[in-house]
Amino acid sequence: MLQTREWSPEQIEEKKIYQEMGLSDQEYDMIKNILKRRPNFTETGIFSVMWSEHCSYKTSKPLLKKFPTKAPNVLQGPGEGAGIIDIGDNQAVVFKVESHNHPSAVEPYQGAATGVGGIIRDIFSMGARPIASMNSLRFGNLNTERTKYLFTEVVNGIAGYGNCVGVPTVGGEVQFDDSYEENPLVNAMCVGLINHEDMQKGVAKGIGNTILYAGPPTGRDGIHGATFASDDLGEDSAKDRPSVQVGDPFMEKLIIEACLEVIHSDALVGMQDMGAAGLTSSASEMASKAGTGMEMNLDLVPQRELDMTAYEMMLSESQERMLLCVKRGREQGIIDVFEKYGLNAVPVGEVIEEKVFRIKHHGEVVADIPVDPLADDAPVYHMPSAEAKYFQDFQKMENTISEVDDHTEMLKTLLQQPTIASKEWVYDQYDSMVQTNTVVTPGSDAAVIRIKGHDKALAITTDCNSRYIYLDPETGGKIAVAEAARNIVCSGAKPLGLTDGLNFGNPSNPEIFWQMEKSVEGMTAACNALETPVISGNVSLYNQSKGKSIFPTPVVGMVGLHESLEHITPSFFQNAGDIVYVIGEAEAEFGGSELQNVTLGKYEGKAPAIDLNIEAKRQNQLLTAIQSGLVESAHDLSEGGLAVALAEGAFGEKGLGAEVDLSGNRTVELFSETQSRFVVTINPENREDFEKYVEDAKAIGKVTGNSKLQVRVNGEETVNEDVSELEKLWRGAIPCLLKSKA
Amino acid sequence: MKFAVIVFPGSNCDRDMYHAVKEVMGEEAELVWYENSNLENYDAILLPGGFSYGDYLRGGAVAATSDVMKQVREHAQKGKPVLGVCNGFQVLTESGLLPGALMRNKNLSFMCHQEYLVVENNETLFTTDYEKEELVRFPIAHGEGNYFCDEETLKKLKENNQIVFTYENNPNGSVADIAGIINKEGNVLGMMPHPERAVEAIMGSYDGVKLFKAMIKNWRQTYVTNA
Amino acid sequence: MKKVTVYVTLKAGVLDPQGKAIQESLNSLGYQEVKEARVGKVIELTVDDGPDLEARVKDMCDKLLANPVMEDYRFRVEEAVQA
Repeated sequence: MLQTREWSPEQIEEKKIYQEMGLSDQEYDMIKNILKRRPNFTETGIFSVMWSEHCSYKTSKPLLKKFPTKAPNVLQGPGEGAGIIDIGDNQAVVFKVESHNHPSAVEPYQGAATGVGGIIRDIFSMGARPIASMNSLRFGNLNTERTKYLFTEVVNGIAGYGNCVGVPTVGGEVQFDDSYEENPLVNAMCVGLINHEDMQKGVAKGIGNTILYAGPPTGRDGIHGATFASDDLGEDSAKDRPSVQVGDPFMEKLIIEACLEVIHSDALVGMQDMGAAGLTSSASEMASKAGTGMEMNLDLVPQRELDMTAYEMMLSESQERMLLCVKRGREQGIIDVFEKYGLNAVPVGEVIEEKVFRIKHHGEVVADIPVDPLADDAPVYHMPSAEAKYFQDFQKMENTISEVDDHTEMLKTLLQQPTIASKEWVYDQYDSMVQTNTVVTPGSDAAVIRIKGHDKALAITTDCNSRYIYLDPETGGKIAVAEAARNIVCSGAKPLGLTDGLNFGNPSNPEIFWQMEKSVEGMTAACNALETPVISGNVSLYNQSKGKSIFPTPVVGMVGLHESLEHITPSFFQNAGDIVYVIGEAEAEFGGSELQNVTLGKYEGKAPAIDLNIEAKRQNQLLTAIQSGLVESAHDLSEGGLAVALAEGAFGEKGLGAEVDLSGNRTVELFSETQSRFVVTINPENREDFEKYVEDAKAIGKVTGNSKLQVRVNGEETVNEDVSELEKLWRGAIPCLLKSKA
Repeated sequence: MKFAVIVFPGSNCDRDMYHAVKEVMGEEAELVWYENSNLENYDAILLPGGFSYGDYLRGGAVAATSDVMKQVREHAQKGKPVLGVCNGFQVLTESGLLPGALMRNKNLSFMCHQEYLVVENNETLFTTDYEKEELVRFPIAHGEGNYFCDEETLKKLKENNQIVFTYENNPNGSVADIAGIINKEGNVLGMMPHPERAVEAIMGSYDGVKLFKAMIKNWRQTYVTNA
Repeated sequence: MKKVTVYVTLKAGVLDPQGKAIQESLNSLGYQEVKEARVGKVIELTVDDGPDLEARVKDMCDKLLANPVMEDYRFRVEEAVQA
């Protein structure tokens, strides 16, 4: 536990107390230079949270600069609570992903729940109504009781919070790999809808305007959460338990409604949620963005516990709190709205001209810090980068093809791998339909949310195959973005942009920093090629324990626009007699594949290659074909290759199957994870038109009504199985793993 | 016909209910905040789903004690229609307007998916547009939808034909597969599945349309045609 | 001031799946002696003392804290410890 006893400025320097709070010697000296004196205990705490990676991006900033963030339709890029993209009709979509990895490792239910709550607040603090949530989760393999517990409780926490707050959880992804055993990843994404005139900024403008604190009182929850999130997860994390915040989704629901009501008042100047680093970050950022200062009196802050110190109040991460800047003299109108919902809203300070952040407590000034150095001028580190030693070894390896005796049996095995298997056990626990907009529910390539009153919809997905990124961060980074876009396109939408959740190990390890650097470069190349700007994001570092890092996992959350509801395309086969096409050829690429995992028990070699020009061409051509009404179903090829994609296509409610003829190496044709490939079904009438639009499409067979999956390779029967049998294995795998004893 | 959709703190299907009756069915409807409300001028009351008061004590328990429920009771006593869905059903049982209670699902998990229901009673003002034993598809989304009552109450429910919907494949452990019940007088219906989520083909089912249509038609026959 | 502790449990005979899960889990940890587990709620109230305290608490339980259809309750009254 951290010392909560208040050391004197002299003691902080002598005993290097600042190090316990996560500040380096060099950073402490910078603080002394900024203040022209020694910081007191509260000020040291304030700097430590504002200069944590979570709030300042001090090590990732040089990399994040590489991302393309601008496009004509981007209304708000990175820097605010969430990014915003125009979708026409005076409407815009707001979205962001955020990690809650460390809290979830310590207390999975509350960690996941408050992760969901936090990202929802980022969305409505922009003035948008949250319309959908997604989650990107990573766990160790489901063979230990601990991992099963983490997985079960994280899902419970997401369900417990999301269902109550009334935002549909419409999907996401779950992957399992040993590298996440000690460091599960919980990345939550939220999407909101906004009218242009309602866009808010977190600014404290107008000298003399009032700062209102809204929401439940402050307790000692989660003190030092932001630095906790930026630190190695050591052996003694269980001891850190008091740091974990508890979420109250009922409170959040009331705050959502109250905030979405006050945005229509011209008395409101700016609004920001109190997320990581609570009152400290919201207040100092609001002042910094407005070019003002702020004076706050902590005696006025509602408090849940007795005798809270200034340090505790400034660093508390009590949930569901908002900070508002309101025109002077107009406070009561805003307070009345909060009171209608039974919520506290009280003036705690005002905007001042002098650009300082001044905190008073018990009549004394307890912190007096220049705003800009605190919020904007955090140190930026250019970390040394060194190519990981394994990389050249992997690059030198030849592409080999694993021995597979029985391809039907192998398909069954692959369908039961938890990363491929049905995630119904997870998403059935989420209310995916509240708000009655979810046209495509979880279990497809992308979820689809219609927009009431308009002939359009939004497609949402999260993706990241970290195995490829581990093998080859640059190629893997490209694939992560491309795969997300593929999922959006398959659903019939045009990709608009993305939010990134960068999860890595300790950046002071040059090989880890190299992984970060290369994957960001790969993602950037794909963003440029596919015209998908990065509009928001989050960085989570130090995801390692006992010297073992997670696979580099830059999660991509992407949103696309269906320009008509007619374009919404299922990923399941629709009619017997439709022609099955595959777009793109299979190569002998098994590095990082599910087949490699099953046959070798490890990942090695080269990641599948990706040509971004081909990727963009195929996506554009397929989307045009879909928009022209030529496509009955579309599904991208991912883990497990063509065989798994065909089986998944048949797992609709329609009792369909497929009969397919392929030629080439059987294992390659069925299980290769070559990129930029799709399975598409079309009505035979559209054959000519479809082939005109999509150059690389090859007819391989037809959808059948007999509910069997039959694949011949070089004329020889290679897979022949009842779809119902395959589906049973695929659906049953995760519940079965959870029940089995470790 | 004028509907009131009661909004409790924590209701979250209120807008969905409003959308169904107002924008899909084309009737008059208003969202009515639970405080300082006056229900006199409404023809039907809709109690929506959600987590009123966080469901922190028991689903619907705190909302059941609110002042607005006194007015709902009066409205029901006048024979006017009341429909409670999901959390609204819990509010109705907690306030004693319907018998029984909703307990945690048998598997202890929240569940959300489409379920097939059997229309057991097609003679209520809510169900005259269905065939008897018609199979309809409604979404469910609940963690406490496991209907429970003692044997005597169950006997009465059966005798009085108060069981309106049953599950074809009971997902939550409900007694006698019960998905929805009506009061003895026939004007207060509570059900866990969501008819308001099943009113447009694009949402996967429009089997709920018949329920709202029947409500509107039967109300017109009673209060407009015969007026 | 009095401290009232209200215990709410599912009625005997009402299936308690949470309890059953706990019992099975304890059994599988080797505690074979556990034959049943029942899960309930504890609600602590700090109240002003008065002549009808017990009757009023009973009323609170009947009206809100317990659902008589499926739950039983009992409560204990003691002196509140001054903070």
